[in-house]
Amino acid sequence: MDALRTKARELLAAGAVQLVVGYAAGSEPGRARPCFVRTPAEADGLIWNEHCRQNLATYLQKPEVRAFGRVALVARPSTLRALLQLAAESQLGEGRVVALFVTDDGAVAELPTLAAIEEAVAQLPRGLTAAEHQELERIAALPRAERWAFWAGEFARCIKCYACRAACPLCYCARCITEANQPQWIPVSSDPLGNLEWNVVRAMHLAGRCIECGSCSDACPEGLRLDLLNRVLAEEVRTQFGAEPGLSLRKDYALASFRPDDKQEYIR
Amino acid sequence: MSALEPKIVAFVCNWCTYAGADLTGTSRIKYAPNVRMIRLPCTGRIDFMLLLQAFGKGADGVIVSGCHPGDCHYTAGNFHARRRWTVFRRLLDFLGVDLRRVHFAWVSAAEGAKWAALVNDVTAQIRALGPYTDFPQRLDGRPQPAEVA
Repeated sequence: MDALRTKARELLAAGAVQLVVGYAAGSEPGRARPCFVRTPAEADGLIWNEHCRQNLATYLQKPEVRAFGRVALVARPSTLRALLQLAAESQLGEGRVVALFVTDDGAVAELPTLAAIEEAVAQLPRGLTAAEHQELERIAALPRAERWAFWAGEFARCIKCYACRAACPLCYCARCITEANQPQWIPVSSDPLGNLEWNVVRAMHLAGRCIECGSCSDACPEGLRLDLLNRVLAEEVRTQFGAEPGLSLRKDYALASFRPDDKQEYIR
Repeated sequence: MSALEPKIVAFVCNWCTYAGADLTGTSRIKYAPNVRMIRLPCTGRIDFMLLLQAFGKGADGVIVSGCHPGDCHYTAGNFHARRRWTVFRRLLDFLGVDLRRVHFAWVSAAEGAKWAALVNDVTAQIRALGPYTDFPQRLDGRPQPAEVA
């Protein structure tokens, strides 16, 4: 924590960045909130613990944050992947961000360039953990009617607040499909079909792009397991097309490319 | 057609399957009248949302069909569509949507007979499954009274 505050103070004092986005203590124990540090003195408010889960890369696209200039970002592994994916989607230019990557032992690695971030991401573990894989398998193994009942129950609680969209670092469209009303693709009210459609469209628009940070389900006030939808699609993209987003600066969106020999045994 | 007949919506591409279905007609091949065809420029243009909209408006089954790989009028639209369908099918399956109601095919402009066989086969399958009552409905664009209460 001290290393983080010192680093933030240094960067701000030297003028290397104009803003540090990190975590501060939340309104109650067990919570952390994002914090925007503008002066070296404010850096004392920064914290680091297991509750610092939100993906702060989300804030980079906000005009208020862009206006500051160069930004330092306190980063978890998934934050680094989000930054790479944003760069691969031409949403993040070189020189806009310094990642302050906090490693498991509490050390802070300063990653000043996209190339440095790419190098750090290459060292990270990849793929699903055993527990994550098991959870997917458990749901996939349920009889179809039970799977449907499970998700109908989840979506019935959706209140269409779009916190999942707001929390996602890769949901940056200035005009989302939910705002399109000619035709109205996603109904404004929270009815069963509309809730299903919204959650399907959210997951599908992230297929092949999601870096599986889990910020969507963390942000959901109803605790919907949206991360499962993203994870199952990420798994499909990984196994079918061998693509894994957020690992490099290369533009290789799996759903905007193809191989002539892609699987098609379900097509007649 | 009785009320128990399944309703099937077919999203087809303009260049192959629509022309293929045209050939079915001009060849005087008879096939199940349960299918409502919606012509789109290319399979690459068929948004997965359209499939949900069809089910939401009361379709019991959906067919998506276009040019064979390599034959796309726009060179690669069907290749892109194929990847999208692959992940979309996985998502539908994970959600518990009945995949036996969602059919994908390649039907070229020369395959009038294949189109007839496809529609007949899908209609028979969906008739056996019965109406798709699981799926939430939106008949007039607003939530149904029962859902509001």
